[in-house]
Amino acid sequence: MSGFLSSSIARKVAMALSALFLIFFLIIHLAVNITSLFSEDLFNELSHFMGTNSLVQFALQPVLIFGVVFHFVMGFVLELKNRKARNIKYTKFNGAASASWMSRNMAISGGVILIFIVIHFIDFWIPEINHKYVEFLPEDPTRYFGELQHKFMSPVKVGIYVVAFVLLALHLLHGFQSAFQSIGFNNKYTKCVKNLGVIYSIVIPLGFIIIALYHHFNH
Amino acid sequence: MNLTLKIWRQKGPQEKGQMVEYKVTDISEHMSFLEMMDVLNESLVAKNEVPIAFDHDCREGICGMCSLHINGEAHGPDRGITTCQLHMRTFKDGDTIYIEPWRAKAFPVIKDLIVDRTAFERIQQAGGYISVNTSGNTQDANAIPISKRNADLSMDAAACIGCGACVASCKNSSAMLFVSAKVSQFALLPQGKIEAADRVRNMVKQMDEEGFGNCTNTGACEVECPKGISLENIARMNREYLKASII
Repeated sequence: MSGFLSSSIARKVAMALSALFLIFFLIIHLAVNITSLFSEDLFNELSHFMGTNSLVQFALQPVLIFGVVFHFVMGFVLELKNRKARNIKYTKFNGAASASWMSRNMAISGGVILIFIVIHFIDFWIPEINHKYVEFLPEDPTRYFGELQHKFMSPVKVGIYVVAFVLLALHLLHGFQSAFQSIGFNNKYTKCVKNLGVIYSIVIPLGFIIIALYHHFNH
Repeated sequence: MNLTLKIWRQKGPQEKGQMVEYKVTDISEHMSFLEMMDVLNESLVAKNEVPIAFDHDCREGICGMCSLHINGEAHGPDRGITTCQLHMRTFKDGDTIYIEPWRAKAFPVIKDLIVDRTAFERIQQAGGYISVNTSGNTQDANAIPISKRNADLSMDAAACIGCGACVASCKNSSAMLFVSAKVSQFALLPQGKIEAADRVRNMVKQMDEEGFGNCTNTGACEVECPKGISLENIARMNREYLKASII
């Protein structure tokens, strides 16, 4: 089993499984956030549930953090290992002739997303943890919508947000179908998976961008 | 046509190499790329210079020996061909052509444009075979029913000539397409089922030990493969490996 876990295929499958988990998480995240476009009360209610439910806070949240950290650490470890596999570079290498920019630059798009996640943690997650578990401030179930609008007041933050989600879209355009290929799913449904991947990669980041812009211009 | 060639020259495995510029003149568009290299070498020999070493054998796209990285692409800009099947009509008069060896830590340069691809042979030896008792009582392979679909897929995988273009064109220098073709050609047939688990485990282990990179599914290998080996084989190998390691 130790040989299996250190093999290139096991690492590839682990990357794919963590990616599929994060792909699923993004759907849930967007589903909650999008309610802020049409119902302040519903957004507050859902955010309050997510922020106070024990199962979400103490079971799902640690799994999510592990999934995010694992995906990034493993991704960058593999990138470094892969670079070492070609010790002398080509004088001329026309990578664009045979593979998409997205597939060749997952580390770049992933790096930008990582920077965004750090900003996102500082912006949302750390104040939230501070509120609940450090300062033990009284819980106000109606505070979330106002906090969301406040975060999107800064045009710089909204700009960073938009750039990060464009990079996320590019990351997903390769990553979605690549995750399925890695777990061995390549059959008559592959074309369907690829099309679904394109739709997902555009719709999900676009949804987050619309939410940011909406609150920026309507606060 | 008249061309400028920038070619990797390296005296030996331990020597430091560099790109050297050559001019060739009156090259016919009907020549093959390797014939153009022959013309260059004849001119070098005539000048008492050391000719450029490059691999070639059948010159019919079958043997898998030729292995030039031309203008940034394995086997040059055309699709579904080996270097020996590339013709000079692909280029224009006055072009500058970059010619380099396959670049991968697992494929060290022996001399000039020749690389050591014995890593592929060691992977094959680790499991790319079926054990058949050739005592004289060997069963006729045709006596075992095989579906047309599986026979075709196995044959498609077996078309791999082991040239290494997949490794050369992959940004990670991954050998997954080669290994998956060799795993698949047996995994799809009843004769290959008996040793399937050991085969995939051992071949992947050897592949990793040789220092090839990890596959990130860019698909460059499939595009540059002269024999059109499909990425489906990599997915099949992943399934075979998971099945052999977990179940």
